[in-house]
Amino acid sequence: MSEGWFAGLTADQVGAERVREGSADASDAWPTRAIEAGVATSEEAYYDRLHEATTAAARTAMEERERADDQQVIHAVRAMDDAGRMANELAERVAEWAGSRDAASGTGIEFCRELAATDPAEPADERLISLAERAIELDDERDALERYVERVVRDAAPNLAALAGPTLAARLLALAGGLDSLAKTSSSTVQVLGAEEALFAHLRGQAPSPKHGVIYVHEYVRGTRPAKRGSAARALAGKLTIAARIDHYAGDRRPSLEADLDERMRRIRTGGEDDGAA
Amino acid sequence: MALPDGVQYRTFDGEERLATRGEPVYGEPVADGWRAWDAHRSKVGAMYELGMEPGLDAGDHVLYLGAANGTTASHVADVAGPTYAVEFAARPMRDLLSVAETRGNLFPLLKDARNPETYAHVVEDGLDLLVQDVATRGQARVARANRQFLSDDGRLCLAIKARSEDATREPDDVFADVLDDLREGYEILDSRRLDPFHADHLAVVATPR
Repeated sequence: MSEGWFAGLTADQVGAERVREGSADASDAWPTRAIEAGVATSEEAYYDRLHEATTAAARTAMEERERADDQQVIHAVRAMDDAGRMANELAERVAEWAGSRDAASGTGIEFCRELAATDPAEPADERLISLAERAIELDDERDALERYVERVVRDAAPNLAALAGPTLAARLLALAGGLDSLAKTSSSTVQVLGAEEALFAHLRGQAPSPKHGVIYVHEYVRGTRPAKRGSAARALAGKLTIAARIDHYAGDRRPSLEADLDERMRRIRTGGEDDGAA
Repeated sequence: MALPDGVQYRTFDGEERLATRGEPVYGEPVADGWRAWDAHRSKVGAMYELGMEPGLDAGDHVLYLGAANGTTASHVADVAGPTYAVEFAARPMRDLLSVAETRGNLFPLLKDARNPETYAHVVEDGLDLLVQDVATRGQARVARANRQFLSDDGRLCLAIKARSEDATREPDDVFADVLDDLREGYEILDSRRLDPFHADHLAVVATPR
């Protein structure tokens, strides 16, 4: 028989922890059970206690998840990059080894998948196929991590994720160290996040200022012709900064941000305004 | 169709609109303690506008799955008795909590409706009504998993979102599959598309079998 959330609660305990962590195989007539157990004197008193316990439980659970989300995104996007890099390294090793045994062999993860589907003829093939399987598993894990990032970043920073795309949003969070720091970062810094090497070379007087950091992967930067790319990067960084601030300080979705960005980009791409102009 | 006690058409700025009695929640028009129920923002509200009977009666014991920020759940709780509101996302919970602050009969639960064992120790059985509006794949499975909370003559009031099941297929094909799956645990009493209020949604009223 299952126990209710209130089992064994004393009069001065709220029971929020029980609501959050508990479980039961089957439901029951909990108000009646609670009155029988002496936890409440009436249905009305029971529902009062239930209201206090469920609102307290929902509040703490919500606050914990809101706090944790951006950090989970950061770990996950870094793990995604690690898994992708290792998958490629292993795939390269597989290709090199396989090439020594069969000059017609291929390269990359796709080749690993072909190889893994073959039967080993010699002990070396066994090792090679096993290695290819490890590369495939790592590549699959990279994909699974990407899907996780896509889901969680929409919770952690919905507006940023909508404007930047989930993966770029996650990378910006990782580079800034969290939503809190990203929200406090100036737009000009957001523009060059991920281009720190080039930025410091510029500050040492050895290079021109970088036009963009990791936001280069955004279609609105990469897909804009070179003469306008600096303007596009600056405008995109501005909107992303606003999105991060709304996510951090307000938290609601503002679909108008995307329309603003689209309109701004349309003007940059069609206008006569040259790169470098305000 | 008879509206339940606690749901009425009232006049707001010269316009007849569906309404319930309670504290305003989302900036809806208010008159004489009644608050307009916006059918464009609420699938249950749209069901009333289309002449369906969602199965809500005054004082009912209700489980609401997919309460989101509490827009519809607030109207349901205005009419019903104890109302358990399950929502999986942390973000809308803040709004749902402020709805619950002014409604002692609304019990918010930050839980996943796909795992009813994580709230079966809180939600009582023998409920009159199960409202479901979850944007997840497997909506029929969720309804069947939560059937245990309903009394034998209870009602399921379900809004099926076609895009959540499969964004690439024709909505009518998706609805047919979901209804087939639903019939494993429920007898379908009524179903209807929610156009023009909500595109690609099918509202279903059913009872456990």
